[in-house]
Amino acid sequence: MDIVHPDHYPQLITLLASLIIFTTFMMLAQGKLLTLINLFSLQGLLLAGTTAMVALITGNHHLLISAGLTLALKAIMIPWLLRYLVVRMRLHREVDPVENPVQIMLFGVSLVVFSYYVTLPVVQLSTLATSNMLAVSLAGILLGMLLMISRKQAVTHVVGFMTIENGLFFSAVVSTHGMPMVVELGIAFDVLVASVIFGVFFFQIRDSIDSLDVDKLNRLREETE
Amino acid sequence: MIAVYLILLISFVGMVVLGILGNQSRASKINVWFNAATLVVSLILALVVLGKGPILSADKLFYIDAFNVYLIVLTALVGLTTSVFSGPYMENERLHGRLTDRRLQLYYSMYQGFMLAMFLVLTTNNMGLMWVAMEGATLATVLLVSLYRTPEAVEAAWKYFILCGVGIALALFGTILLFVAAEQLQGLGSDGLNWTVLFERAAELDPAVIKIAFVFLLVGYGTKIGLVPMHSWLPDAHSEGPTPMSAILSGLLLNDALYAVVRSKMIVDKSLGTDEAGILMMGFGMLSFLVAVLLLSRQQDIKRLFSYSSIEHMGMMTFAFGIGAPLATFAALLHMTVHSLTKSAIFVTVGHATQIAKTQQMEKIRGIVSTQPGVGWALVIGTLAIAGFPPFGVFVSEFLVLVATMKSYPWLTLPLLFGIGVAFAGLFGKLHPMVYGPAPKGQQAVEANMFPVYLHLVLVLWLGLAIPAALSGWFVQATQLISGGAPF
Amino acid sequence: MIWLLNLLQTLLFVALAPLLVGWIKWLKCHLQNRTSPPLIQPYRDLSKLFRKETVIAEQASWIFCTTPYIVFSVAVLATSIVPLIAVHLPTAAMADVIVLVGFFALARFFQALAGMDIGTAFGGMGSSREMTIASLSEPAFLMAVFTLAVSTSTTNLSAAIEYNLLHPQDIRPSYVFAALALALVAVAETGRIPVDNPATHLELTMIHEAMVLEYSGRHLALIEWAAHIRLLIYTVLLANVFFPWGIAQEISFPALLEGLGMIVAKLALLGLFVALIETLLAKMRLFLVQEFLGFAYLLGVLGLLMHIIMEVGS
Repeated sequence: MDIVHPDHYPQLITLLASLIIFTTFMMLAQGKLLTLINLFSLQGLLLAGTTAMVALITGNHHLLISAGLTLALKAIMIPWLLRYLVVRMRLHREVDPVENPVQIMLFGVSLVVFSYYVTLPVVQLSTLATSNMLAVSLAGILLGMLLMISRKQAVTHVVGFMTIENGLFFSAVVSTHGMPMVVELGIAFDVLVASVIFGVFFFQIRDSIDSLDVDKLNRLREETE
Repeated sequence: MIAVYLILLISFVGMVVLGILGNQSRASKINVWFNAATLVVSLILALVVLGKGPILSADKLFYIDAFNVYLIVLTALVGLTTSVFSGPYMENERLHGRLTDRRLQLYYSMYQGFMLAMFLVLTTNNMGLMWVAMEGATLATVLLVSLYRTPEAVEAAWKYFILCGVGIALALFGTILLFVAAEQLQGLGSDGLNWTVLFERAAELDPAVIKIAFVFLLVGYGTKIGLVPMHSWLPDAHSEGPTPMSAILSGLLLNDALYAVVRSKMIVDKSLGTDEAGILMMGFGMLSFLVAVLLLSRQQDIKRLFSYSSIEHMGMMTFAFGIGAPLATFAALLHMTVHSLTKSAIFVTVGHATQIAKTQQMEKIRGIVSTQPGVGWALVIGTLAIAGFPPFGVFVSEFLVLVATMKSYPWLTLPLLFGIGVAFAGLFGKLHPMVYGPAPKGQQAVEANMFPVYLHLVLVLWLGLAIPAALSGWFVQATQLISGGAPF
Repeated sequence: MIWLLNLLQTLLFVALAPLLVGWIKWLKCHLQNRTSPPLIQPYRDLSKLFRKETVIAEQASWIFCTTPYIVFSVAVLATSIVPLIAVHLPTAAMADVIVLVGFFALARFFQALAGMDIGTAFGGMGSSREMTIASLSEPAFLMAVFTLAVSTSTTNLSAAIEYNLLHPQDIRPSYVFAALALALVAVAETGRIPVDNPATHLELTMIHEAMVLEYSGRHLALIEWAAHIRLLIYTVLLANVFFPWGIAQEISFPALLEGLGMIVAKLALLGLFVALIETLLAKMRLFLVQEFLGFAYLLGVLGLLMHIIMEVGS
């Protein structure tokens, strides 16, 4: 195992990538909804920064547009929308408790190891300088799923879902230096519409069960199975 | 080529127009007209493709060959007939106060939006755009599942959204990996996500990456097909949404997700050279099939019963596509068609039956035949058809699947036969008390347009007795594309 | 000659320790808008304690009497492992970080025993709390050390610092995580807020203080001094290993002077951080310390993973 000593830009990308994983872990431990949304916004910011860095290294200018799109959507608009919804539904004082934070964190670590193992063959073949961050992006996706599984509040589920999308976008950026523009625009549009629909859903859920605790959505479970 | 753009344009315009006019009483007729227009255009497109061969659009974004053109026609047809049924059905719902004008507006608009997404999935050449359209289809229907705003409906819609959203995120990862593999080849650039390009140069793609990509694609799109263990959204979404929704979900969305998986499999098979992808599909398919038939008999809600039947059939189709032999592929293609037609007909009929009985619980539905013979007999015939009774089309396709299995994997025919038998018993056991016998007091017939149902059932019967040469030519062409050999 | 230098460094270490504590206290007071004691107050306290009579309980055993000496000498020995101004000193080359952990464990062991020796309730309580925290912080510390060791291929501190000096332009994520983990562990081990309040006089909230409640006179002076030295060791560890610029790599007068100047500057800055954290945060409830240290452990593991995933060429 010889250690690589790359120069500045790739190092910064590596640093930003590790900070993205770090924010995901912090989200796993976080109980307060507003802080969770702020962490998500920070993650979007880091993601936009990483995309811009990759754009500068590879000279791929349409990545700069993607970076701008990510910044606008994931760091500004969607957190703003979520924050507005949380305040409107008067949830900003509620806490979504994390049961067994230590267990969840350790499981998160094992997910990171697992994603490293899974992406090893892909990494070994790719010639891109940023290819070894595919593991980090897959880890981000799996950690987003862990966030969704370990919590009960609907808002946390949405943040977890968006984290998964962040991880996906990150993997596209680092492994292929960006998807074709058409696809990127389509994905961004989908994410935006999804977040709006989520917003609508919060009101529907709250109207039907008077709380956003998704565990209470269990009427369809007694029937069958 | 204009036909493709026209289809997409018609659906898009329909979505916008119905978004504005959807709350008026003529909205359902407008919906029907838009669907009729897309059907006509799709038939023209089919004739063009059959005559000239596959067409690729100038910007390489759209590609029509024998495989997806018949699916396009099928989608347009089922969309049309379901919209014909949905008119009086939704009126009835509105009269009973279960829906408001605004929600109907959303319903009609999203109906066209869903059709747009379906057509986009089928016609696009770009795997990334295919994903975008799949996600779009989920988004269009998610608000429709919770249309009735009961707690159960909201729960079903939430489950649908989250499960399908997460599942499809995995499919996106698979798509990205496909692009990673493509970027290894020189000179591809942004063409690397085009199916035509990927298929052409599949042998040069790195097998290790493609393998991992396919797993993610199968699990991701498999969630939308309803493969076990990612299926739990399906029964809820089908039973809680309005009946036309269940019809088009079962009839169209599941098919399109399977289409996406098969397109990916075509690339993977050429790249790997072995049948690993097929074995994976067979595994998932068989698992879904068996789990669905075993859970079938425990259902108490009629729509959940038939949605488990959908899972069973989709499992069998996945299994058949997984076998990979030309005969199996032919059988699977035929099965896709007849299942789509039969299932949508059944859901339409079930919708009316539940309106008559005012409940979805099967133990409370009684005497449908005596109250409204049209609905009752349609239900009986539909169930016969879906259970695989000859001479309906489903019998033919299931028989072909069995023959193909016996040729390639003889010992797997046993679980298939077992499953078909159990499903048959389960469906009939539940059906019997519902249709025959005296009706409870005060049960009245409802206004129903049964024409679409009859049309579908006649088509399925026709396909069972004698597949017209044009259609079978279609299937053979598609089979050759997918599995590289002729079925007979 | 070099041994003389080594001895001088150790003496400097021991002598500087109370000054750091005085500096932190000075900063804290000014941050909280209070009048501060002069910077050399800890020296005055120590000399006052040395002059006082030691009062020992009747039931005290030899453990109680010898512990202060053990703890102090262990602290002094530990300082010889950590490079303060120069890198190539012989004692630093002889022992590595694992020995450092062992030294701390030895001191803690005796201190815990001494806390229970008299038989008072508070002493026992302090000892048990201390051991709980230690059982959680040691793995976290070791994990951070492992991350460092994997990068520099050695557990010896001076070799690690030399390696880092060789590649100053490397911004490594694994180092960021390891440094954070080490910082968290340092807070827990030295008994600062948010784990333990060093200025508390409420026995029920004490952790470290509770163990030394019974001590007086020169015994207390030795134990306090050892605690100051421990704080200095942790801060020097953080400062010199992760930000090694300025440390003397050759034994010449200008290099040593520069090394001394740099370390004083780094310690002053770190002191400011500690004071800020102590002012801004509140003490955590005891059962939350487990999560705090679990988080430190997690950071260490993450650092290791980041190293393997991102910094190693395959």
